Amino acid sequence: MFYREAGQFKTNYKADSAIFPIFQDRMGLTLIVAVAFIIPLFGSDFLINSFMIPFLIFSLAAIGLNILTGYCGQLSLGTGAFMGVGAYSCYKLATIFPDVNILIHILLSGFFAAGVGCVFGLPSLRIKGLYLAITTLAAQFFLEWAFIRIPWLYNYNDSGAIEVPQRTLFSVPITGASATPMARYYVILALVIGLTWIASNIIRGRIGRSWMMIRDMDIAAELMGIKPLNAKLSAFAMSSYFCGVAGALMVFMWLGAAEVESFDINQSFDILFMVIIGGMGSLIGCFLGAAFIFGLPIFVRAMPDMMGFAMNSATADHVSRMVIGGLIIFFLIVEPHGFARLWQITKEKLRTWPFPYA
Amino acid sequence: MDLLNQIFIEPFILIADIPDLFVQTIWEGFVAGILYALIALGFVLIFKASGVFNFAQGIMVVFAALALVSLHTKFGVPAWLALLMAIALMGVLAIGIEKIVLRPLVGQPDAILLMATIGLTLFLQGAGETIFGGEPQSMITEELGLPTGSTDVEMLGGRVIFQHIDVAAIVIAGLMVGGLAVFFSKTRIGRALRAVADDHQAALSVGISLNQIWVIVWFAAGIVALVTGIMWGARSDVSFALEVIALKALAVLILGGFTSIPGAIVGGLIIGIGEKVFEVYWGGIFGGGVEAWFAYVLALIFLLFRPQGLFGEKIIERV
Repeated sequence: MFYREAGQFKTNYKADSAIFPIFQDRMGLTLIVAVAFIIPLFGSDFLINSFMIPFLIFSLAAIGLNILTGYCGQLSLGTGAFMGVGAYSCYKLATIFPDVNILIHILLSGFFAAGVGCVFGLPSLRIKGLYLAITTLAAQFFLEWAFIRIPWLYNYNDSGAIEVPQRTLFSVPITGASATPMARYYVILALVIGLTWIASNIIRGRIGRSWMMIRDMDIAAELMGIKPLNAKLSAFAMSSYFCGVAGALMVFMWLGAAEVESFDINQSFDILFMVIIGGMGSLIGCFLGAAFIFGLPIFVRAMPDMMGFAMNSATADHVSRMVIGGLIIFFLIVEPHGFARLWQITKEKLRTWPFPYA
Repeated sequence: MDLLNQIFIEPFILIADIPDLFVQTIWEGFVAGILYALIALGFVLIFKASGVFNFAQGIMVVFAALALVSLHTKFGVPAWLALLMAIALMGVLAIGIEKIVLRPLVGQPDAILLMATIGLTLFLQGAGETIFGGEPQSMITEELGLPTGSTDVEMLGGRVIFQHIDVAAIVIAGLMVGGLAVFFSKTRIGRALRAVADDHQAALSVGISLNQIWVIVWFAAGIVALVTGIMWGARSDVSFALEVIALKALAVLILGGFTSIPGAIVGGLIIGIGEKVFEVYWGGIFGGGVEAWFAYVLALIFLLFRPQGLFGEKIIERV
């Protein structure tokens, strides 16, 4: 009843190949974007800074990993390191060319991550499945080591951390200490919307289809004329580009300063959780998964206070880890295809409600 | 030219000059390799029987060791009883994992099962920290009757130090692998295990209970984890930092192949000895700390030439 596409006729080719051919989808999306734009006017700085900004950044990283794992079927455990490549190259660019706009640096830094991703993607041409997942650990640990041992990357400073310089956009500070959460939020929101739009178009285009063919059965795809070299490496490049931009955003727009620990193996696992819990091969799943995996620890830690009994922070930390582990297993059992599948089921239900067999 | 000299000539001159240091390095690497091999063995056991890539093996090592130590030091249980209770705990864990985690997820893709074991890792880590405390503890080596101290052996114009606990670790690891080999080839359950590893459906059709086999296999992996935990804990502290070591066992696995027990052992030794020798003689060129990635890069280069690992079954693909 609420979600019926009946009567929505496509009368030209343009309408036929639109991203959102259904009216309700367009309305829903407009509503969500509108809400995203007006949230800062009502929400507190705390909400923006500690939930909305990281949520958007991690969604972008999850889209990156989803391109590789969900659409092209190559399991990767090196996402954190690729985010690190983006962050460190953005830092280098910003210090070498201080006059160029920071947004250009952030978008450019993704290309460095893409290059590194291609190099570490080369083994995927010979190695498959779980074996490949472990070889991506080589990328993770090698790059982590490089971020510590190559002092040129952090400009030889003593702390070994990269610190974000002050930069402005239209004379409004958007990075550094004096940038307001609201300014940073709008920049990130615009970037994430733009990049998601690009990703969704690439995925439903020729390249995206070749990825999905490789994922579904690589030998069959090869026999049908898909070059595995092009398909797999383009997936690694695209994926790393998104992860790299997400990493640059994470340091420049959220953390303000970062050390290697921000890009360690746990970061990679978190992003992988977002993709799997959200739903592999689904863009909306990336956002749902990111909100869940990032929001859950905050929620679990706040629980004892809300319930009215005290718990020291170390214990709360341990218990929250236990609860998160348990919940991840629970969600995998209940719905292995993630939130995206739940959303699909909901849409089916909404279509026929209140008649069960319409 | 200078770099070539550093790579190809100087390390070998150093080896020839101080041969006792070389022997010591090999020995250290050998012991580390045995422990990597033990962790990898736990992975292989579970992977063969259920096709689950058990990421939680590393945390099971920590969890088992932590339970053993805490039972003795915090709750005052005698060492032998604590050991039995730790074994029983691993049994309960095996049953719990099979009933709650694996059974509902039968037939899901590899990635989902992998994620479930990563979820299990988080759960066990949180549970271990909550129950036993997160701070590092020292292993109750003497209470368990394990030897301590060391012997210096004069050789090659110098002296090489052998820690007694390392020798004990190698002996116990050897006994355990031998025991597992006998168990697999001689007993009824062992044969059932091999049947399941060969073909799930064929095993089911001759009346082998998959669920029972999985419990046994997770229990066996739990005991391997406990032994690994005791040995590793005796060399350093029992703490959650051990988990990083467990990740290295993954590199061992791809070197040896996911399904091969000899592969796990040989792979463990190659990685253990290789990374120590590389760190000592070639690490300086890279600015040190190469132990963090050497295992993975070695495994990666190796896989490029042999995608199924050292002893893995040949991969045949059909459309």
